[in-house]
Amino acid sequence: MLLFLRKQKYLIDYTLSSLLRRKGKSLGLLAVYTTIVFMLASVTLFTHALRKEAGLMLQASPEIIVQRMQAGRHAMIPADYLQRIGRLRGVMQKAGRLWGYYYDPIVKANYTIMTEGQSDTPLTEIVIGTGIARVQGLDVGDYLTLRSQSGEAFSFQISALLENDSELVSADLLLMSPKAFRRLFSIPEGFYTDLVLSVRNPREVNKVAEKLSQLLPDTRPILRDEVLRTYESVFSWRQGILFVLLLGSVLAFVIFAWDKASGLSAEERREIGILKAVGWETADVMRMKFWEGMVISLTAFLIGYLAAYGHVFFASASLFEPVLKGWSVLYPQFRLTPYVDGLQLATLFFFSVLPYIVATIIPIWRTSIADPDAVMR
Amino acid sequence: MLIQLKDIKKVYNQGKPNEFQAIRGVSMAFEPNRVSCIKGSSGSGKTTLLSMIGCLSRPTSGRIQLGEQVISSLPERFLTDVRRHTFGFIFQRFNLIPGLSVLENVMLPAYPLGLPYKKLVDAARRLLQQFNLASKADNPIEWLSGGESQRVAICRALINDPKILIADEPTANLDSKLSNEFMQLIAELRQSGRTVLLTSHDPEVFDSTVVDRVVEMRDGVVLADVG
Amino acid sequence: MRKSNVFLVSVSLLLVGAAATLIDAGLRRHHAYSQIESSASLVRQLGLTDLALFTEARYTRHLSLSDLHSAFQDHPVALEHFPSGSLLLPPQRMP
Repeated sequence: MLLFLRKQKYLIDYTLSSLLRRKGKSLGLLAVYTTIVFMLASVTLFTHALRKEAGLMLQASPEIIVQRMQAGRHAMIPADYLQRIGRLRGVMQKAGRLWGYYYDPIVKANYTIMTEGQSDTPLTEIVIGTGIARVQGLDVGDYLTLRSQSGEAFSFQISALLENDSELVSADLLLMSPKAFRRLFSIPEGFYTDLVLSVRNPREVNKVAEKLSQLLPDTRPILRDEVLRTYESVFSWRQGILFVLLLGSVLAFVIFAWDKASGLSAEERREIGILKAVGWETADVMRMKFWEGMVISLTAFLIGYLAAYGHVFFASASLFEPVLKGWSVLYPQFRLTPYVDGLQLATLFFFSVLPYIVATIIPIWRTSIADPDAVMR
Repeated sequence: MLIQLKDIKKVYNQGKPNEFQAIRGVSMAFEPNRVSCIKGSSGSGKTTLLSMIGCLSRPTSGRIQLGEQVISSLPERFLTDVRRHTFGFIFQRFNLIPGLSVLENVMLPAYPLGLPYKKLVDAARRLLQQFNLASKADNPIEWLSGGESQRVAICRALINDPKILIADEPTANLDSKLSNEFMQLIAELRQSGRTVLLTSHDPEVFDSTVVDRVVEMRDGVVLADVG
Repeated sequence: MRKSNVFLVSVSLLLVGAAATLIDAGLRRHHAYSQIESSASLVRQLGLTDLALFTEARYTRHLSLSDLHSAFQDHPVALEHFPSGSLLLPPQRMP
């Protein structure tokens, strides 16, 4: 065992010397490789954590949302639908929700306006998400003016800000009383945006949804499981797009590595010949080449991964912000909770380190089985 | 260790249009603790013969015996093992590896043996000391002159303490003064109980008093064997 | 120092770093429960269904609640959540 370790250390010595001999090339290769690992790892870590976090948070969202559809579009739902639903087995609670969007032309941002509380909430008070507060430079006690459907300006006083911690779901929220909401958007009493049903037993959800579409044929029930599934697929899709974009650079790198490794220069061939002539076995030469691949790829993997971890979980994935942000003005500031597991690391390792090692060893194998007397000729 | 060759033939590219018979049947023996020189023009087959004795290549037919062991039929693995422990090589173009220090170059043949590092370094430094290279041990190999490189090559050939030293045209890249010095070193090596096989077409070598025996080759056969 | 030692020491340090990320992840996850809980209670209270990540258009803000085929209706070049959006360019000029 000790003998084996000593041998490997000698081989590493040799490998490092020969890498250092081509210092510029080796460092360049390492830099490119590290960057690629960094990108791949950042995407994986980021989407995985976001998916996980979304899943956990939205676990608390309502089991069923009933939307009324009219001519293929979402329409206001009359309050008497609540009565029409009547008593469905398994439904614990049902309520109408009032919410909508408000486009603020001054900061060019979309707000999500939701209603909260009972009718005794003061008409002129609102609670806003930290995203809005940041964009508008507002704080508790300040006033925010919204333009109503009919063109009147309504002034609201900010009574509170939503918690920082929940910014991922609440950055663009603006909470007001239902009465103010109806007045702002000229929505008559007796209409809601949608209905929310809570179902205790998850196995009954599908049955309830089925009955709903019979009872109210002009509605569409949206189930929580579907929502979570949507999120899974949205992030998978965005991750996929990023991977496809990265694929180009990955391929370029693979070609580069293959070319570098397979196009053994005369100098390298000669070097292998010398090694064999002075008493190295074919296996020793291959072990040495294995270490050469290992030194580069292991270093690149570890540095790339560590940088990606810092980028995603300490720097809030600032490089991805433009991609995720798209055209939105309001963007939540959040620090993702790291979800890293062994499997994820193993997958990353498998896809970044192994191909390179294989690409370096195979062509060497062809040369190193040749007779070593070539050096004498 | 006695080296015996029996009816050795070597054909390159057998069966192809460019088939070439490098050795056409050579039988001879080399006694231990002597300096033998194979002379001949290029293409005479002397290097091929030497590479077969040194287990760098295998004869197409015939038999090579090293002491009691027949080495011409050994598989690659064992061949390497024999080569590693029995032979030290000095090549015409030194074949030192750039980018490595002098010390690393000398230690190179011992890497696969996995000796303790300190022990190996000590052995290498001792050899360098012996050949007046101690002060250059940590220099890159590229900094050395031709004569120094040659001495490093000798150190490298000796690091595994081989019984037989094989040198292919060792003086081809040296001027006559350095060639003379080299032959003195060879004399010392014989004194320490080693067998030395040289090839050369340099009179400085085969006419040297250090050489005990001169074998002349041409077109793959032995023309003369003196000594 | 011997080259292989330099390498082995630096790789060990990097490995320790990698192990530290796993520990850091574990610790932060532990602390994050309260944060997630506060978000979750807001979600429960308001019946929220979506993350406030893509606020550019209403069908991206509420992916799960949008009409099924409402691409392009809010902003002609908004980043799309349908794969086809990356293939079909928005009209260059309005007629």
